[in-house]
This record gives sequence, C-alpha cells and structure tokens, in this order.
Amino acid sequence: MVTSVTSLGKNGLYDWVIQRATAVVLGVYFVCLMGFLVLNPDLTFQQWQGYMTSTFMRIFTLIALFSMAAHAWVGLWTITTDYLTTRQLGAMGTALRVAVQGICALVTIVYVVWGIQILWGI
Amino acid sequence: MTFKFTPQMVASITHRISGVIIFAGMAFVIWGLGLSLQSEESFSQLKQCLDSVIAKFIIWAILAGFIYHFVAGVRHLLMDAGYFEELESSQALSYAVMVVSAVLIIVAGIWVW
Repeated sequence: MVTSVTSLGKNGLYDWVIQRATAVVLGVYFVCLMGFLVLNPDLTFQQWQGYMTSTFMRIFTLIALFSMAAHAWVGLWTITTDYLTTRQLGAMGTALRVAVQGICALVTIVYVVWGIQILWGI
Repeated sequence: MTFKFTPQMVASITHRISGVIIFAGMAFVIWGLGLSLQSEESFSQLKQCLDSVIAKFIIWAILAGFIYHFVAGVRHLLMDAGYFEELESSQALSYAVMVVSAVLIIVAGIWVW
C-alpha cells in the first residue's frame, strides 16, 4: 500500500471518506446560506447579524469552516500530487510541490482562524 | 495518437479548476463576511461596494465556482453510489452536470444583478 505523509487521512480510503463527508456538510451549508439570502432580498444588518450569530449558525459555520479546511486540503493535495511531481517537472518537482502545499496549508489555517474570529469575536 | 476530450474528462478537470478558484475566492468571501457582521456602518459600506459592476462580476464568478463545484460534486457522489458508471450513462451525466450548472449559474447572474 502506498501511503503519503502529506495526505490528510494517511491513506486514500480515509481521504475519500473525509472528502465526501465534508462535501455534504459544505453543500448543505451553501444551500442554507443561499436560501436565506434569496428569501431575504432587502436584508438589514440586524436581520443578517441575528441570523449569523444565532447559536445554530455559529456552530454550523464553525463546522463548515473545519469541513472547508479538510476538504480543501484533500482536494489540493490530490491536485498537487498529480501535477507537481518529479515526473511532470523533473528534479524540482518535489521541492515545488512541498512549497505549494505549505502555502495552501498556511492559507487554509488563516481562513479558519479568520472565520472563527469573525463569528466568535475576540 | 489522437487525443480527444470526452465530456467526463471535461467534467473532471473543470471540477478541479473550480475547486482551486473557490479556494482563492474564499479570501473575498471571508473578508465580506467580516465586513457584513462587524457593524452597521461596515455592513452598508460593503453593500455600497458590492453595487459596482466589477464587484457584482466577482460575486457572480465566485458563485459560479460554488455552483459548478457543487453540481459536479453530486456527480461524484452518484458515481460513488454505483450509478452512471457505464460509458453512455456516465457521458450523459457529464453533459447533465454542464447543463444544470449552466442554468443555475445564469439564474445566479440574474439574482446578482
């Protein structure tokens, strides 16, 4: 079995199921949020803040943020290990892949912390 | 060797591309979320900012990315469940992904403007 230290679930089966579970969470969250925006065309600040800071939406958004992080990592890992390889790019392949993966990881962490700061305050 | 893009390949690569675009677009989405929730002033500031044609186009582009990635993701879940795995049915499903997402993206465009 081929395993990789950079993959989230350490093997393809875990990554596969993580990707599907988080996809469902993100899909439901997207529909909920878009549904609210479509149903409230003349949205006021009070309405919007009340909706997003309700306990339900705070927790749902937190779960969505974590799901986004895991989903993005599995997806970007798959893409970087497909295209940024020594086979495609020669000797620099591995260094470039690890560098890009590092940037992706950093950006993902920033997104999660930033999102938590917005919804849970400092 | 002749190489021809099948609809399945197009659905697959565009799913990947839309994923990368969404990842970059998340910066705009979270930035907007922050402004929309910070205060009454920042909320109306954001509303004003989003009235411009360029901002509307960016919103539409991000929404299009979400919609396409969503619909193409449903395709994956259907195929995981064992449906649409034959040559013809998988081809039909790939075309369906493009048609359904195109319709939804147009609807989203109308909604944004």
